[in-house]
Amino acid sequence: MSLRRFILNRVLSIIPILFGVSVITFGLVHLTPGDPISQMVALNPEVTASQEAQLRARYGLDGPVWQQYLTWMGNVLTGDFGTVIRTNREVSAIVLARLPETIALGLFGWAFALLIAIPTGIYAAVNKDAFGDTVSRFIALSGISIPNFWLGLMLILVGALWLGWWPVLAPSRLPLYHPQMLWYLILPGLTIGTAAAASIMRVMRTSMTEEMNKEYVTAARAKGLPERQVVLKHVLRNSLISVVTLAATLTAGIVAGSVVVETVFNWPGLGREFIQAITAREVNLIMAITLFTGVFIILANLLADILYAVLDPRIRYD
Amino acid sequence: MSTERGRIRITGFEAERVEERDSLSDWEAESGTGTESRWRRGLRRFKRNRSAMLGIAIVVVMSLLAILSRPITVGGVLVQPISLAPHAPTDILYLQNPSVGVYDPPSLAYPMGTDGSGRDLFSRLLYGGRFSISIGFIVVALTASFGAVYGAVSGYYGGWVDEVMMRIVDTIFAFPSLILALIIVAILGGGYWQLVLAFTLFGWAGYGRLVRGEVLSIKENEYVLAAKALGAKDRSVIFRHVIPNAMPPLLVLASLNIGTVVIGVAALGFLGLGMPPGTAEWGTMLDATRQTLIQGPGGAIPWWATVYPGLAIFLFVMSMNMIGDGINDALDAQETGVGRGGEE
Repeated sequence: MSLRRFILNRVLSIIPILFGVSVITFGLVHLTPGDPISQMVALNPEVTASQEAQLRARYGLDGPVWQQYLTWMGNVLTGDFGTVIRTNREVSAIVLARLPETIALGLFGWAFALLIAIPTGIYAAVNKDAFGDTVSRFIALSGISIPNFWLGLMLILVGALWLGWWPVLAPSRLPLYHPQMLWYLILPGLTIGTAAAASIMRVMRTSMTEEMNKEYVTAARAKGLPERQVVLKHVLRNSLISVVTLAATLTAGIVAGSVVVETVFNWPGLGREFIQAITAREVNLIMAITLFTGVFIILANLLADILYAVLDPRIRYD
Repeated sequence: MSTERGRIRITGFEAERVEERDSLSDWEAESGTGTESRWRRGLRRFKRNRSAMLGIAIVVVMSLLAILSRPITVGGVLVQPISLAPHAPTDILYLQNPSVGVYDPPSLAYPMGTDGSGRDLFSRLLYGGRFSISIGFIVVALTASFGAVYGAVSGYYGGWVDEVMMRIVDTIFAFPSLILALIIVAILGGGYWQLVLAFTLFGWAGYGRLVRGEVLSIKENEYVLAAKALGAKDRSVIFRHVIPNAMPPLLVLASLNIGTVVIGVAALGFLGLGMPPGTAEWGTMLDATRQTLIQGPGGAIPWWATVYPGLAIFLFVMSMNMIGDGINDALDAQETGVGRGGEE
């Protein structure tokens, strides 16, 4: 199968998954006892039963479940995610406003992870079983074991309360593109990137060690190439492929992490919005963010698969 | 090499160096003398792995401390009378002893200080293990067994059954497990069994995918063909031949997953969606002190209320991961060639 057919196949195969994602999202949220209408009604005892029914009809909450699903899907496909019932704001406007904040955090986390993990992974694999390797393995193990919310709290404790380098919360929030925001991004960025960094370190070390034992390395050394070039050019390239296979999983981890980390640092992104929507039972908002997360992760997976196929000519497309 | 006949002369060859070199595989002379089962060999290697043994020791000690922290009664019958924790986790100390305050720093009487409601943090920490640790084990037992059967059926039957079953798994994989657990807890409300359900309902998908992959290669083996030729039913082939052989990677994933679930439970607690507020669960305890930390130093910073509960989660999860790595190495769960075997 050619590369192009493989990519086309992969793209087509996400269609049933997208459908499944929409069903799970809709199904889960609609199992919730007490929709926003009954909450609104509970707050205001003067609403009559007929008014309640009218409200339900207005928000499309009457009718059988499959019909509600179809209405919802139709609206979603035309870009209409409904409104937040309490404030009457457009859900899509909220998502668009919050998204850049989360993307900035995620990108910072990714950059930090790669910057830390790749050099450390190389170092650990080259100096296998040396003292530095043992230390870096211990750090990597700690990194995958540390709960991100606790890491965030500890960073606030040390960086903000003891050292005083950061304010506990940014005093007045500047727009995201303001250069000063980069400084405020450091603590939440470190928190969200640590788990990914630790995973990459572990994978890099394993795959580089494995690659170092292969014959092409012996051949390169026999040719008289300097060790530096053997490691950084030949071994590193082949080991990075294993990081690509991990990328989708790590992205999912960062998305899940943003929910927690944004709450810790009071960062106004999608994750914090999600928690607030859950607490307030804002069905439309919960559904929009859940659906968005699902679609995003599917696309990340697709991209990682394609990248992997392009980078590694050895794989068979089947 | 026929050096005797003089056709090939090898110079600069030091026999000692070759002998001293570590062998690439971990084949040892003793392993050639008799057949040893994969499990027994794995156990022997596992016992030699110091970090894995340390992990087991920590997990056992923490679990015992949680069980022995306060007496346990089941249906009015006292089954566990020991009480290691000096105070009940819900005791507000200043009600009995006015000299104890809110956020008292660690002292001899209260080794980890008191929390924001004037309760003994040390007692709460010991007791708190009961929630996270037991949920971790229950969830993994349930998800691993269901996932194993799911994956085995999918891989064994193949065809459209496999196709449908794996698309379902793919769909679940499109969501981070924490997000799904959050929605389920939002639907059902917090509480012990709600948390178990939140992590069980979709948590099996990873096992399903893993076991299916194993089964695809296992079912090509001759012993499966032999069992079928002898007239074994599908069910007995799956349970007696396929699943047992898919166990090693399943065990590795399960041991690593216990840590993931413990962190997940604590994360929900921290987000205020886990156990009811005031429960001595590690994540919920962190949530209770977060506001004091965020609002900044009103006098001294009560670091102990933040440091210790998190440290407990960290220590447990790290030990679980050390055990998982140990099992992985011992059972060669990922056999990827010579030289990677017993080391790492």
